[in-house]
Amino acid sequence: MSKPVIATASLAGCFGCHMSVLDIDDRILKLIELVEFNKSPINDIKTFTKQCDIGIIEGGCCNTENIHVLKDFRKNCKILISLGECAIMGGLPAMRNGIPVKECIEEAYLGGPTVGENKEKILPNDEELPIILDKVYPLHEIVKIDYYLPGCPPRADLIWQAVVALVTGDELNIPYELVKFD
Amino acid sequence: MSEKIKFTIDGKECEGQTGQLIVDAAADNGVYIPVLCHWRDVVPAGSCRICTVKVNGRFMAACTTPIEDACSVENNTPELQDIRKAIVEMLFVEGNHFCPACEKSGDCDLQALGYRYQMMVPRFPYAFERRELDAESPKIFLEKNRCIFCKRCIRMIKDEQGRSYFGFKGRGKHLEIALDKKLAENMSEELAMEAMKICPVGAILRKEVGFATPIGERKYDNVPIGSDIENLQK
Repeated sequence: MSKPVIATASLAGCFGCHMSVLDIDDRILKLIELVEFNKSPINDIKTFTKQCDIGIIEGGCCNTENIHVLKDFRKNCKILISLGECAIMGGLPAMRNGIPVKECIEEAYLGGPTVGENKEKILPNDEELPIILDKVYPLHEIVKIDYYLPGCPPRADLIWQAVVALVTGDELNIPYELVKFD
Repeated sequence: MSEKIKFTIDGKECEGQTGQLIVDAAADNGVYIPVLCHWRDVVPAGSCRICTVKVNGRFMAACTTPIEDACSVENNTPELQDIRKAIVEMLFVEGNHFCPACEKSGDCDLQALGYRYQMMVPRFPYAFERRELDAESPKIFLEKNRCIFCKRCIRMIKDEQGRSYFGFKGRGKHLEIALDKKLAENMSEELAMEAMKICPVGAILRKEVGFATPIGERKYDNVPIGSDIENLQK
């Protein structure tokens, strides 16, 4: 039987959850024996080259590109996992939720204390740029998510135990110390 | 006059005094019933409902209901656990609880109940209401995004004349916690620290002392909330 295939992505996140994946230390050698990686920033594969078994996604959805990538993952992965607070509830980027987008953009590009010279009052308008959404959405409010791993970042041991349980079919008994929201 | 009476919680034989609230009597017998609004010996508010138990088959708030002789209390049943988990989830989606950026994280009762009931994701959609942070008083941040309306501060933090420093403003969806600006100007250090301590979430924070305890050593980092009560009789 071929190895299960994993894909990962970071949407509106800080890559901290991916760093936590790397925090499994030398177990990464065991991991590559257990699974094969497809599209992921870890190996820099940019597009799906085959159907994957597990998609692990960090970060919420803050713009149209995030939604596109998330839907692509849903299409190409049998199981999707929300990794970390941002994926689960929007996280720190979602602190702008409740504030109108117009107000946020104006604060960032026109009126904010750190704004330099912007005499022509240009707001980001290149058509290449993804459009910012009205708020930051948790992943499960956009597509179906199968599992959730909370934490900011989720502890490396939590990620390791969850992924191993998922690919081996073993029961997952998470110790109290591993599930944290910070 | 209080008399000794007997009752059961999940079949366990317990003893208490007449007039004692179920939640306190349970704690004396080593049984943890979760609370967010209740504080022992303070007039109960019954506002959070996390302590919901079944008394002789009926749903009751354990913090407002006195025990009666020979009554049978259900506490840790799957049904009640799920109701409590749902309440925790509702509180999480109703306010803006960004745990990673909160000074109370690790010492927060609401978060600790999320851990205890293994909340991975709330079953309800997030509200993301816009609420303000009141930083006007010299000693206290009032972070309205995190208030769960337990009324602990309103009931407990008072001056010598019995006036509350905190109060509610507005109604329904617009209800918010507020701090009396004039009274707060002369709030003592002890009272400010006490207010932060009794707040079950990170809504009341003493200015200039955040993040004092490192991660791994905070109140609920290694032991679930309620362990102190449950370990009483072990």
